[in-house]
Amino acid sequence: MKATPLSNCERRFLLRAIEERKRLDGRQCYDYRNVRISFGADYGCCIVELGKTRVLAQVSCELVPPKPNRPTEGILFFNLELSPMAAPGFEPGRQSELLVKLNRLIERCLRNSKCVDTESLCIIAGEKVWQIRLDLHLLNHDGNIIDAASIAGIVALCHFRRPDVSVQGEEVTVYTPEERDPVPLSIHHMPVCVSFAFFQQGTYLLVDPSECEERVMDGLLVIAMNKHREICTIQSSGGIMLVKDQVLRCSKITAVKVAEITELIQKALENDQKVRKEGGKFGFAESIPNQKITAFKIERAAIDTNNVEEQAEEIIAKADPPSEVFAKPILHTPGTAQIGEGIENSWGDLEESEREEAAEEEGEIEAAAFECQKMETEDTSTMSETKKDEPIVLSDSEEEEVIILEPQEVPKKTRTQTNSKQENTSKKAFNKRRKKKRAAY
Amino acid sequence: SSPSPGDTSVLAGLYGPAEVKGSKELPDRAALEVLLRPKVGLPGVIEHSREQLLRQTCEAVVLGTLHPRTAITLVLQVLSDAGSLLACCLNAACMGLLDAGLPLSSLFCGVTCALDPNGAIVLDPTTRQEQEARAVLTFAIDSAERKVLMATTKGSCSVEEMQQCLAAAQRAADTIFQFYRDSVRRRYSKS
Repeated sequence: MKATPLSNCERRFLLRAIEERKRLDGRQCYDYRNVRISFGADYGCCIVELGKTRVLAQVSCELVPPKPNRPTEGILFFNLELSPMAAPGFEPGRQSELLVKLNRLIERCLRNSKCVDTESLCIIAGEKVWQIRLDLHLLNHDGNIIDAASIAGIVALCHFRRPDVSVQGEEVTVYTPEERDPVPLSIHHMPVCVSFAFFQQGTYLLVDPSECEERVMDGLLVIAMNKHREICTIQSSGGIMLVKDQVLRCSKITAVKVAEITELIQKALENDQKVRKEGGKFGFAESIPNQKITAFKIERAAIDTNNVEEQAEEIIAKADPPSEVFAKPILHTPGTAQIGEGIENSWGDLEESEREEAAEEEGEIEAAAFECQKMETEDTSTMSETKKDEPIVLSDSEEEEVIILEPQEVPKKTRTQTNSKQENTSKKAFNKRRKKKRAAY
Repeated sequence: SSPSPGDTSVLAGLYGPAEVKGSKELPDRAALEVLLRPKVGLPGVIEHSREQLLRQTCEAVVLGTLHPRTAITLVLQVLSDAGSLLACCLNAACMGLLDAGLPLSSLFCGVTCALDPNGAIVLDPTTRQEQEARAVLTFAIDSAERKVLMATTKGSCSVEEMQQCLAAAQRAADTIFQFYRDSVRRRYSKS
């Protein structure tokens, strides 16, 4: 789907408004939109909303062998996905420049800053370490993806609990959440990205640009900082030339914003912790309806299934009995079965010689019943029940004569009917080709 | 829209009918595309098979001939999975279609039934109930005459049991359609 382009008058309007220090949504130049953090039912799942921009984050873990050049460290894996539902311009499977840039920024912000202690993820040096995987999905794009994604990432990492592990010599025991409480990751500090958009060659500056503002901006400056005023990552893109004191001013603004956001994150984590401890209900099913007026929820509803059996029997009695048209499967050799016979070859006299040969071979083949057959007829009768009115005729395969060669290996006998039909198709295609080769001699 | 039975949550987003790239264009109807994104990892085979089931169900219901040579894209993101995921996706898809205002011939809803080893029917099973069940059946039921739009099963069950599950699913569909009605009414009365 194509993204709608920004019209020239919209562009001019936005730039003029910025020159007069006005923003479309009424914010001041240094104002952030509302940040809302909600948690899911599992540990490590959260949704962060920055205005209308929404990002879903999920952390999961797995035991893997470590990287050969770092045998005592765990592995961190980050993946940001721009879901096609975020904006009409995002198509699935297309590695756009934006996606690469965002992924790289997230990696630098969270991995290179060493906010997660990877040494603590090691279980047996050189053999088993934890791989922590962070998946970020962008659900709605209204500007400033990087800030929302970085907040979601760090919140999810702080929220996540990995299974407890004990090592005795060479034996590793991983405890399930029921046996022992899962353990949080050890996080040193919380880096948060703050974005600045520049207009008119750096004259005007806006914090937290929305989507239209991003489209008309000249350049973007992203600073990732933690609450101890340490800069973790700084990146300037768009080719604007920034003066030193501009950058210093931005970093001061970042420090203020990061302090506010970190406080919000801590509060959200504490609230969630409290709710879980008190045994209250948590998860999106609970949080989303409370926040939105348009959300609706019903409690568990009991369904009256008393007369279900009688109703079902009525239906079976009224339905036509499964038609007898479909043939029993014929077993040619172990692992090869056929349902139905082929219809007449409509290609003309080309295949006459092959037809004779086929007739000979088919005469030699015996039909035998095997355990597959019962399952298959049950399947077919179930299928005919679903479409009560039309009996399924399975014998009209559009294949031509079947010539069976000895299979190289014996595949398993437990195949359903669709599988054996498909297998037949491929085997028949294969056989036909072999036949043609033979005719060429 | 984001229906969540129990703790299973699916978010649906719909774009369309909109312009479509040349190869995907159908001359007489809208081309419907469904994308299902799991929470962790890249979409695999099971997501693609579910996408096909959803697509065929939606195509049966959407009046695509009113919008030829366009594309309708439906994106489903799994927010959390605690059982009955396919039924939740079906419900999300239908509410998404409804909310977007696409022309539909009827609504549909998804119901999952699990048959536990004793033969008792459990509607809307949790993950644990699904794992312990002998068979798990999912039906898409339409709103006009409670007919079956899509049926998929995992495991083995007898014909009678399947009919019983189907009848139970048809009963459950009534509750779900009432829920659709109430939530749509609520949405348009407040905004």
